[in-house]
Amino acid sequence: MSHTPHADEGRQPLDVAELPKDQVARFDAGLPDLLRRYPEDKKAAAMLPALHLAQHVFGYLPPAVQKLAADRLGVPAVRAEEVATFYVMYHTAPVGRHLVEICTNVSCSLAGGFDIFEHLKKTLGVENGGTTRDGRITLRQVECLGSCATAPAMLVDEEMYERLTPGEVDRILGGLK
Amino acid sequence: MSDVFILTKRWPKQDPSLAGYVADGGYKALEKALSMRPEAIVEQVKISNLRGRGGAGFPTGVKWTFLPKDTRPRYLCINADESEPGTCKDRYVCEYDPHMLIEGIAITCFALDIHLAYIYIRGEFAKQARALEAALEEARAAGLIGRRLGGKAEFQLDVWVHRGAGAYICGEESALMESLEGKKGYPRFKPPFPAIVGLWGKPTIINNVETLANVPWIVEHGGAAFAALGTPKSGGTRLFGVSGNVKRPGIYEKPVDYNLKKLILEDCGGTPSGRPVKAVIPGGSSSPVLRGDEIDVSMEFDALKAAGTMSGSGAVIVMDDSVCMVRALSRIAMFYAEESCGQCTPCRQGTPWLEAILEKIEHGQGTMRDVDMLDQIAGNIAGQTICALGDAAAMPVQSFVKKFRQDFLDHVEGRGCPRGDEAWGVSRQTREALVGGIRQ
Repeated sequence: MSHTPHADEGRQPLDVAELPKDQVARFDAGLPDLLRRYPEDKKAAAMLPALHLAQHVFGYLPPAVQKLAADRLGVPAVRAEEVATFYVMYHTAPVGRHLVEICTNVSCSLAGGFDIFEHLKKTLGVENGGTTRDGRITLRQVECLGSCATAPAMLVDEEMYERLTPGEVDRILGGLK
Repeated sequence: MSDVFILTKRWPKQDPSLAGYVADGGYKALEKALSMRPEAIVEQVKISNLRGRGGAGFPTGVKWTFLPKDTRPRYLCINADESEPGTCKDRYVCEYDPHMLIEGIAITCFALDIHLAYIYIRGEFAKQARALEAALEEARAAGLIGRRLGGKAEFQLDVWVHRGAGAYICGEESALMESLEGKKGYPRFKPPFPAIVGLWGKPTIINNVETLANVPWIVEHGGAAFAALGTPKSGGTRLFGVSGNVKRPGIYEKPVDYNLKKLILEDCGGTPSGRPVKAVIPGGSSSPVLRGDEIDVSMEFDALKAAGTMSGSGAVIVMDDSVCMVRALSRIAMFYAEESCGQCTPCRQGTPWLEAILEKIEHGQGTMRDVDMLDQIAGNIAGQTICALGDAAAMPVQSFVKKFRQDFLDHVEGRGCPRGDEAWGVSRQTREALVGGIRQ
């Protein structure tokens, strides 16, 4: 599971105490709605949704945030780390304000998906996994998004765009602040 | 019989609401099921010859009977982790008719005495997860699920959506359960099978979205009527997804034994370029490729198995003769290298080798020995791993090299791709799709 976003230059928070209190409070406020979905003695099952929530609140998942999630679910921090580093949707380093993810698998590339990936790299001036200098957009080539009949497809911040053309892509990019 | 629509019947209405579903007769099957003995429901599903639509094609009713009689609790997991390249069907069930799935889940849980079910949906399907959450909320508010079932029966049923976070391996049933338990998606050894030792160590049934969406129809019309739509061992209709070089890609609901060539040339209008079909992947990227002259076959599970490939998830990818076979296979190999979970050495190490060698050949640096090595490496992955991802990575390589060997040799001899910058063919643009009758 590679395609890690660009490395963080700054130091990442390691301890829960280093995290902004208001963000921790927002995370804690969102947890009960996730926990009620699982049996009371199986809190650890909420790890994936908890990390989705944490990423939404903190922007990415540095060690301190992993530890926070693990603490709240009553498991060692390594349990959060193994999840945060295994799944491609989690970011353990900061990414741009927007994440643009283009599928280049077979069905998409037969419909021009790879051409659009090249177009994106050129337009944004970044390589795969790179972030624009202004921190606006991180670009990633991703695997099949389940939009094969309506190819090519791309995700922008979890919103799916299908039946893309280079012109449509330019229009979408233009709308990202 | 090709006029029977079970799954896509309501899609063109584009009304996923509970009110719309009920107005069209929805949740009547649940009402009927609640008046039946649970064993009688299982019996009807067995009679229906419904086979798993996720890829393996295992008889659903038979799987249900593997649950040990006396162990409780039992769980149901609904696999909506649709990630096999080419596959895009379950998402539309979630988008256009989520209550059909929820009714199928409710009936299944009643039949199997299950009181807690999770829909495991891939993280990238945010829109579909929202659609399911909204539909579940409607069903809860209407008292269809929750403390009572179908508004009356003393049977508590909780159904929740659990979002993944980007990992193809989590569609593998034991990795799915690991992920649901809050861990990385490492597949488990089998046996024991999930029906015996599953989620949190308890007996668990895992069924695909499309599979369970058929259950209301089976209960309403009887297993025999469903069986009659198919072959003696495989009943009903299926959602076939067609992508790649066809004029009208889309989702087509057809009898399980529909002809592959007819689907491509007639329903989908053949290739946009007018060039001959060179290759067809008939059941998702894991399934062995067919040459254009091998596609006059039934898509039924056993029929495609007899043809040396598999029906898998019903995902058909079509390539005309302008597409470079090495380029296509190399991209498939990249997928498996990317998605290997890393647990078993042959797969973790072998899949990147396959990708690297294929890239080398595509770029004109390959040797004859490399072409032979592909087959050898694939052979050393297949059957040597805990889960089927190893086999899934090996099968396309073995079949492409066997069926299109000359294309690989041309790259070696010509020191490059004969197609140059046109390796993905001459039809590289989006096309209007027909998804269960909806133009998009």
